Amino acid sequence: MSNIGSYEERLQGFDWSIAERELDYTPGGFINIGWYCSDRICRLGKGGKLALLWEDAQGNEKQYTYDDLRRCSNTIATFLQGLGIQPGERVCLFMDRAPELYIGFVGILKMGAVAQPLFSAFGDESLWTRLDNAQTTAIVTQKKHVLKVRKIKDKLPHLKHVIVVDAPQSALKEGEISFNLDEAPKVDEFDVYPSTAETPSVLHYTSGTTGQPKGAQHVHYSLVSQYLTSKWVLDLQPDDIYWCNADPGWVTGTSYGIIGPWANGVTQAVLDSGFGTERWYAFIQKYRITVWYSAPTAIRLLMREGTEVAKRFDLSSLRHLASVGEPLNAEAVIWSKEAYGLQFHDTFWQTETGCMVITNYPGMPIKPGSMGKPFPGITATVLNPRTHEPVNQTGVVGLIALRPGWPSMIRGYWNNPTGYANKFRNGWYLCGDRASIDGDGYYWFVGRDDDVINTGGHLVGPFEIESALLEHPAVAESAAVAKPDPLNMEVVKAFITLKPGFEPGDDLELDIMNFIRKKLSPLAMPQEIEFTQGLPKTRSGKIMRRVLRAQEFGEPVGDISTLMDE
Amino acid sequence: MDELKKAVREYVVREYIEEGDDREVNDTTPLISGGIVDSFSMVSLKRFLERKYQIQIPDAQATPEAFDSVTKIAELVRRFKPDA
Repeated sequence: MSNIGSYEERLQGFDWSIAERELDYTPGGFINIGWYCSDRICRLGKGGKLALLWEDAQGNEKQYTYDDLRRCSNTIATFLQGLGIQPGERVCLFMDRAPELYIGFVGILKMGAVAQPLFSAFGDESLWTRLDNAQTTAIVTQKKHVLKVRKIKDKLPHLKHVIVVDAPQSALKEGEISFNLDEAPKVDEFDVYPSTAETPSVLHYTSGTTGQPKGAQHVHYSLVSQYLTSKWVLDLQPDDIYWCNADPGWVTGTSYGIIGPWANGVTQAVLDSGFGTERWYAFIQKYRITVWYSAPTAIRLLMREGTEVAKRFDLSSLRHLASVGEPLNAEAVIWSKEAYGLQFHDTFWQTETGCMVITNYPGMPIKPGSMGKPFPGITATVLNPRTHEPVNQTGVVGLIALRPGWPSMIRGYWNNPTGYANKFRNGWYLCGDRASIDGDGYYWFVGRDDDVINTGGHLVGPFEIESALLEHPAVAESAAVAKPDPLNMEVVKAFITLKPGFEPGDDLELDIMNFIRKKLSPLAMPQEIEFTQGLPKTRSGKIMRRVLRAQEFGEPVGDISTLMDE
Repeated sequence: MDELKKAVREYVVREYIEEGDDREVNDTTPLISGGIVDSFSMVSLKRFLERKYQIQIPDAQATPEAFDSVTKIAELVRRFKPDA
């Protein structure tokens, strides 16, 4: 029997207080995600239960019980307090999927600071943009990533502490601090910060069409919906061994890679390693993974290797599969049934929603290719793009919109009230995606409604790429747009005009690709570059990305009456 | 000395290992599953191989498994250019 039981019955009279009661939370009272993920589970008598099974690329293993998690997070919280870090200050986690990342997240929340996880593959410029914007006080990182921090530290006046978890003090430079969790004396008692519902908790950066990435500000009350969606959608049950592929540098990796499973007292496994079909299957087999939350790009990579590889491993422990990041194509749903005997359940949500909002549920029939239905407590619709009124017709494409008010919705963008206000129309929050609804109430994803590029489930903003491209000595002007891709749904394509004296060519193309990869991230690297004599612009000189994007997608270009005559 | 493997190894170290990062890359070091080259960055590595050896590697053969070590990459390149 699944946790949710009947979706239709759950819709009747749904109230988020269901989760509040299960969490013993009293409105207006104490709520601290870090405490709920560790101390509370121990108080429920599960201190000896495994919280984290961790393995890295070299096969090194570590295990932590919930009591270990409680004491280790106390230790990190105490260490950060000792540095003088105050509640509300931003502490960045910039590392691979080491145990210190997961436990550090819990520790930061327990001492009242705001956790700011960032993807460790970010280049120094992407890192600087986000640390500068957040006025981050401290960064916790690893030896191999501290080099990027060193490059930008002088340009970050608010950054007071650089903490390295895997290097002795002797290997560090002035102003850097070594912290070894394994060797640090464990702290058994810690006064957890008395946060309440609206106390800031997590700051995740997400990309938009215009400007630099925005900091999505979450609060501790988000726990309520992250807890319940983990229980009902991922169907996490006491004996499960759960594996979430997402990196905590992105919201899936915190909402469902830390908060959801641990608030539910479930054992989770983490593989700190890159992609490898056999490596992944061996991991599932070894740890007897029961619930697997993955992503379409990964699933399509596994599909390329075929079902035969899957059959060579004992994957019989798997009982529930889910996917997030981009629409899961029907072929992948059908293939997973063939390969694993189970279908992936697609889930739709985003950084700003903090939790799954439209999704497929255990026990509910899956329509392959569909996003599923709104979670109970989420009022969703599709809006007419012009009037911003609900479409109210089946099969008609509109803008996915949500009524604000669910617990984990962001409370704003960091220092950007205008950007936040622009996300609303007629009292609806706009997700920035287009979809239609069929006669059974299932949602069907169509695409983005803006210039943001969804590559491998990650949103990349064109402005950030174009700004970085201009720093390359050969680039005069550029436009970054989405290009359809069978593996990643979309990839970045850059249209570039060159400065005098530079000639298009393979060497230059590769040089520009690597330039962006190192400066921003592998996700932002254009996978194709088209050198051109000019870019389509409005008469006011603004580059019309939508014209280029439409060309790539083979779609009508639309209104080009404002196009500048060449 | 296998010049192909040497060229691939040097390119990987130069482009994918940060300056000051002391990780070593030998012919069997896991590149993709080891987290040195991610699946997105594989595209620039593929482009490098195609340009340097004047070959076209079909996307279907450019899998994470085929790019997972210097030795595997050399085998892949030699499928298209045996004398490389």
